[in-house]
Amino acid sequence: MKLAVKDVLGLEYMTPQDIELILNTAKDMKKIVTGRMKRVNYLQGRTVITLFYENSTRTRVSFELAAKYMGAHAVNVSVGVSSVAKGETLIDTGRTLEAMGADIIVIRHSQAGAPNLLAKNIKASVVNAGDGMHEHPTQALLDMYTMREYFGTLKGLKVAIIGDIYHSRVARSNIFGLTKMGASVKLYAPSTLVPPGIEKLGAKLCSSIEEAVDGCDVVMSLRIQMERQKKALFPSANEYTRFFGLNPERIVNLNDNIILMHPGPVNRGIEMTSNLIDGKNSMINQQVTNGVAVRMALLYLLTGGQSQ
Amino acid sequence: MSILIKNVNIVNSTGVESSVDIYIENSIIKDIKKNLDIEVQKIIDARGLYVLPGLVDAHCHLRDPGYEYKEDISTGSRSAAKGGFTSIACMPNTDPVADNPAVVTYIIEKAKKEALVNVYPIGAITKGQKGEELAEMGSMKEAGIVAVSDDGRPVMKSSVMKKALIYASQFNLPVISHCEDLDLAEEGSMNEGFMSTKLGLRGIPAAAESVMVARDVLLSEYTGIPVHIAHVSTKSSVEIIRNAKKNGVKVTCETCPHYFTLTEEACEGYDTNAKMNPPLRTQEDVEAIIEGLKDGTIDIIATDHAPHHFDEKNVEFDNAPNGIVGFETALSLSYTALVETKVITLPQLVEKLSTGPARILNLKKGVIDVNEDADLILVDFDTEYTIDVSEFASRGKNSPFDGFKVKGKNMMTIVGGKIVYVADD
Repeated sequence: MKLAVKDVLGLEYMTPQDIELILNTAKDMKKIVTGRMKRVNYLQGRTVITLFYENSTRTRVSFELAAKYMGAHAVNVSVGVSSVAKGETLIDTGRTLEAMGADIIVIRHSQAGAPNLLAKNIKASVVNAGDGMHEHPTQALLDMYTMREYFGTLKGLKVAIIGDIYHSRVARSNIFGLTKMGASVKLYAPSTLVPPGIEKLGAKLCSSIEEAVDGCDVVMSLRIQMERQKKALFPSANEYTRFFGLNPERIVNLNDNIILMHPGPVNRGIEMTSNLIDGKNSMINQQVTNGVAVRMALLYLLTGGQSQ
Repeated sequence: MSILIKNVNIVNSTGVESSVDIYIENSIIKDIKKNLDIEVQKIIDARGLYVLPGLVDAHCHLRDPGYEYKEDISTGSRSAAKGGFTSIACMPNTDPVADNPAVVTYIIEKAKKEALVNVYPIGAITKGQKGEELAEMGSMKEAGIVAVSDDGRPVMKSSVMKKALIYASQFNLPVISHCEDLDLAEEGSMNEGFMSTKLGLRGIPAAAESVMVARDVLLSEYTGIPVHIAHVSTKSSVEIIRNAKKNGVKVTCETCPHYFTLTEEACEGYDTNAKMNPPLRTQEDVEAIIEGLKDGTIDIIATDHAPHHFDEKNVEFDNAPNGIVGFETALSLSYTALVETKVITLPQLVEKLSTGPARILNLKKGVIDVNEDADLILVDFDTEYTIDVSEFASRGKNSPFDGFKVKGKNMMTIVGGKIVYVADD
């Protein structure tokens, strides 16, 4: 079992077969994550380096644990404590880490396409852990895993994504992945946060939150960055919540079987009310657990999918 | 040196003259007739080839002084000669900026010693291209500039632009405007549209260009002074300029080959060789540019030759500098995209690439006639060839056209009666 690709740069570039393979493998991995003995030897002797040019807690820790649970050497490199601060180029940093024996480099970068550049210039596998506004493939994979686990299938699922679509790599990866797996995606956002041509990616842009959530199985809310307000992209948190926030009236009263997701971290009370975040329809904590399982599956399949 | 070019088809912007001989003595064309029989030092049998007035580029970057690792006056002029350009006007964004007579004199003196083609510096509009105080246009004119422009740093303040137009006109200096509302362009690194959404890159809206085109057209109308709009890339800019010309505004403009041959799709895979400013636009814009070239709204084609080092381009898309090399592809791309497809005629191509730019820059160039300067190129329009960046004479290999199959190959370049370039085959 092995992926058809050397690198995981985005779901745009991944086949439905590979997505299926990762999700199936993640099912077994989840048993390890949720079990008492979190240790297998699938990646024993392998080296996984997380190279983070942007702050992150959950994604970095998730990858690090995924690697460690499978017995790999896991090293974290973050900006400020590396030669990046001395002006070394991304390619040179990548080649240096490769020369030290990295089998997989997991990269997060504030600039779109940075993982593509790295992958083109080194032999080690590159996994995109989020690049600018481009893609966050492992987030979308864990989102799809969570949906599939709950509903049994992705085919025919109706998913609404609500929030800052413009800046969201999570939204882009989910649109690519979900549409490939036969789900449909509806979008709703303040019109200043809708990127041009987004519908050409296969999602439907809605004109009201009611239209977006109507008939949906999944509602995914995206994080709003409050500094966007200064760039005149929306007037205030208060107004955002009024027109774009998720509350029980808008969601659960429509369909009790709906599930709510959020890539985190959540601005409580702004994107979603606390009773929704902590309520029975929320999948936010399951998403985090599934994140480790999906990343284990991905690392396992990238290294050849054999136990040592 | 005397040269006799035999059996050649002359293409001027006014028409084609078939199977004639051209007699050159020293730097001047002395005679054009059928079957000239003159004793000369060199006879060139050019049967099957076309002779065009040497191409004139109103917009290029020679990177000298300051960025010689990208290009210098010597390598830039070799690249120009290979591409068929015999006169080139270089932008002032050097280090130091060409905003004073000393830098202008440096360029002119170095070009005299090292350049294979005629080099005409363009001075800055404002000191340091900062858009605040006017540069010494009069003194720079004395030193040899042919126009003023702040190049890639648009003059954002309308009051400064108005004064620049008025002051430059006193010295008969054309003002070349890079139209881009920086506030609207924000931090964009490619065209704003479907591709920027897909790649997750920040976009520069088409309106960032056309808003300033409209401003400059209105300032030109208000002052009655001509303005030349650099590298037009959008449909709305073409429409604004077409309308302005209809109303008698003295606006001229240029586009570049990449704006009528490529779209934003070329940025796929984060190809930094498709990153330039203005950015590559959409198919609709490409069609509008072609229509503008056809109906004369777009006066000329410039290269915006912008060489960069490989290392500078081999980085994250956002971090890569803007620009592509253009001297060695402009003629072939223009011929293949515009003449082969019958959008324009061969004489019109000469108008866009030679006679027109010479007129806009007030240069006595761009015409093949008796007593004119012997700046000529011999072109093979029949043989298809493949663009290979590794063969470029330019120090810059940053071109998105590597591997393109084109026609219209420059076989020989003559500048001032001297053969400065001959193709290998």
